[in-house]
Amino acid sequence: MIRVVLPFHLRNLARVDGEVQLEIEGPVTLRAVLDALEARYPTLRGTIREHGTLKRRPFVRFFACKEDWSHEPPEAQLPDAIAKGEEPLLVVGAMAGG
Amino acid sequence: MSKIRVLVGTKKGAFILTSDGKRKEWKVSGPHFAGWEIYHVKGSPADPNRIYASQTSGWFGQIIQRSDDGGKTWNTPGSSPAELKSPEGMPKGESNKFVYAGEVGTHKWYDGTQHPWEFKRVWHIEPSLTDPDTAYAGVEDAAIFKTVDGGKTWQELSGLRKAKGNLWQPGAGGMAVHTILLDPKNEKRIYVAISAGGCFRTDDGGKTWKPITKGLKSLYELPDPDAEVGHCVHRIAMHPLRPDVLFMQKHWDVLRSDNAGEQWREVSGNLPTDFGFPIDVHAHEPETIFVVPIKSDSEHFPPDGKLRVYRSKTGGNEWEPLTKGLPQRDCYVNVLRDAMAVDSLEQCGVYFGTTGGQVYVSADGGGSWNPAVRDLPAVLSVEVQTLR
Repeated sequence: MIRVVLPFHLRNLARVDGEVQLEIEGPVTLRAVLDALEARYPTLRGTIREHGTLKRRPFVRFFACKEDWSHEPPEAQLPDAIAKGEEPLLVVGAMAGG
Repeated sequence: MSKIRVLVGTKKGAFILTSDGKRKEWKVSGPHFAGWEIYHVKGSPADPNRIYASQTSGWFGQIIQRSDDGGKTWNTPGSSPAELKSPEGMPKGESNKFVYAGEVGTHKWYDGTQHPWEFKRVWHIEPSLTDPDTAYAGVEDAAIFKTVDGGKTWQELSGLRKAKGNLWQPGAGGMAVHTILLDPKNEKRIYVAISAGGCFRTDDGGKTWKPITKGLKSLYELPDPDAEVGHCVHRIAMHPLRPDVLFMQKHWDVLRSDNAGEQWREVSGNLPTDFGFPIDVHAHEPETIFVVPIKSDSEHFPPDGKLRVYRSKTGGNEWEPLTKGLPQRDCYVNVLRDAMAVDSLEQCGVYFGTTGGQVYVSADGGGSWNPAVRDLPAVLSVEVQTLR
């Protein structure tokens, strides 16, 4: 069971409270988690990754086990603690600054 | 008893204001989609309970919302997993997918080079006059899209960008299709206006478009003041019974055309300044028009700190200030291009929203004004539904 924490606006959009839990078969990569997330909540398509290119939107960040995974390739396997469900993957809206 | 529903888009959500035909007491519902920029909310003339909203964010991109019950509940069209499964079993999720058709192409960039078109957001949604499932979306970077399935999918009418799109160059406010007018007497005829792009018309339902800018002069904005494209058109408006007559608020200048945009002439007349954003037409008097003069393109607030709507009952040139009920000192708000609308009650109501969060209502054609609400986030758009 993979745990994902979405930012406030995407929780509202997907109409979920708290963490999202996903079942993933095979290697637990960022791409696999986002594919499963969008399959469960189609309304999130285009909000985290751009349509077509599937590139991360510029002001979205991925944090895993206190590390920034935003710039890792989508095929990279996430830490064991994420794969085992001990830690959540955080999808974060970047700080606006100011 | 008639009822009025005002759809307000703001920098931090959508609000719905309702009142009876007297338009004195207002009930405010919202914020809907709190925290998101709501560029535009508009109801279908064919089914007033069908409302479309453009919800956008610098973080999470574009969302299209739809209500089928007059704004009580909302959904992203076609986003239920069952509806969205492709033959391969994957979700399609295309209600917020705005992809330029064919070769993306380029337009003129700030440094004079050519730059690829990049979708940023939907500025304006114009529902069909006859079919609730059909609507047009004006987007930044400037293009027009169409849905025929209630917003589940959108296809570009790419002929617009072939109207010398390579010469369009964004201004500081971006380059967007912000106005779409549908001709009630000719379903094949559509007008659009583009900031820093100009004004265009199609007579074949959107396949081909041509610039309609003869008579526009942009002395301080363009190297060639009479250029065919590139004029910063802020807004155009028409009366539905007389769709060949168009009114325009350009960056500078208020103009009119009496032949569907083939030729324009200036009607700024005695306005204190002819810079501004919105322009609209009285519901029952096709020669009565409204503008909100703004001091200049450098200051973007009303002259002398006085918020004044100007009305012409002669189709331009002769203007009178409307001030009763509006702040006449220390007022430095702006009124944006999509933030003025009229209702169609016997006594025509006029409405506008400000960047200070007020929505002002006149139930007597502009003679006197009252705030329906006064502390919303900055207002981006105002639309009105007259429900009978």
